[in-house]
Amino acid sequence: MDILDNNTILYIAAFGLMLIGISGIVISNHLMRIIFGIALLEAGANLLLLLSTYHEGASAPIIVADNIPTMMADPVPQALVLTAIVIGVGILALALSLAIRVQRAYGTLDMREVRLKLEQEISDEAGIDMPSSSEKPDDIAKVPLNSVVQQESGS
Amino acid sequence: MRRFTAALFLLGLGVMIAAIYQHIDFSNTAVNAGQAINAVAAEETGAANFVTSVVLAYRGIDTLLELTILFTAAMIGGMVLGRRRVDAPRDPDAGFILRTGADLLFPLLLVVGLYIILHGHLTPGGGFQGGVILAAAFFLPLLARPGITLIDQRVVSLVEGLAGATFIIIGLLAMFDGKEFLTPLLDKGELGALISAGTLPILYLAVGIKVGSELAGLLAHLAEAEALD
Repeated sequence: MDILDNNTILYIAAFGLMLIGISGIVISNHLMRIIFGIALLEAGANLLLLLSTYHEGASAPIIVADNIPTMMADPVPQALVLTAIVIGVGILALALSLAIRVQRAYGTLDMREVRLKLEQEISDEAGIDMPSSSEKPDDIAKVPLNSVVQQESGS
Repeated sequence: MRRFTAALFLLGLGVMIAAIYQHIDFSNTAVNAGQAINAVAAEETGAANFVTSVVLAYRGIDTLLELTILFTAAMIGGMVLGRRRVDAPRDPDAGFILRTGADLLFPLLLVVGLYIILHGHLTPGGGFQGGVILAAAFFLPLLARPGITLIDQRVVSLVEGLAGATFIIIGLLAMFDGKEFLTPLLDKGELGALISAGTLPILYLAVGIKVGSELAGLLAHLAEAEALD
């Protein structure tokens, strides 16, 4: 464990959190997982910001009973992260309220289904066919798609 | 296909981050502002907690803007969720343990939140952290008994607006005194005493009440969102 000193482990944790968060946003299709990915990304970014001025053995930048420590941590990133965490909570709450609206409007949080329903809504409104490739095989793709459209126009 | 491109993108990102980490010597930063602030903050602001000095004195206007961001998020959250229908179904009350726990924790959370806000210039903590605890105090009863109205939404907005106005008025008072916006005023007092650091504790109290009422309102909106059938 000689290569992994404390600093390296903390940096790996920060970058790892950011990578996990980004992969959650990019790979997953479920809206809740995307929101959790944003939360993880935020945690990683905050940790990285704190680490950027971290010194081994530095104490918190607070004076207790006139006892001034020899080395104190940098207060600037701490102040930045302090406000960033609270704003992160606000953003999460906003994202969750948007997710509630999506669930109420489309009945699902799966982004693939939401995207399909959204496209269908737009095409229905404009009175045109669903956008699709011009080279799609006729009989395979048409059957499920048309039946859905007919159901909607019939009701 | 999409998963493959996503994996490729993540691989590239990982390699890029590793390359950045190899080339930058993070622990020896070239930023010296922090050490300079540590050297002069106790004398200039009179607050024992230098993070508070930075948040409220050195970059107070940033804090004001961050409060604005939180306000905007809370406002848009309320707008997006909208008003619930009168006949919308509600979740049933929570179990015995959560209800009793919420009753027991409510006064405790209020005291802890106010303590953390009022000691923000002396110990770790302050308006943001204490405000979140205050919001939790008002949210817990809502979780235990969905549908009760603890406080009127209009009262919450009024308190929130007053807290925000206090912050700005204290900033403007400094301008009337011929100094820059949000310069700390009043006597700095004895370092480490509860009443010290001039206007910083008042500013932090305003921040705490604003953050607390905003988050409480936002969480109440989320909890009020119609239960899905």
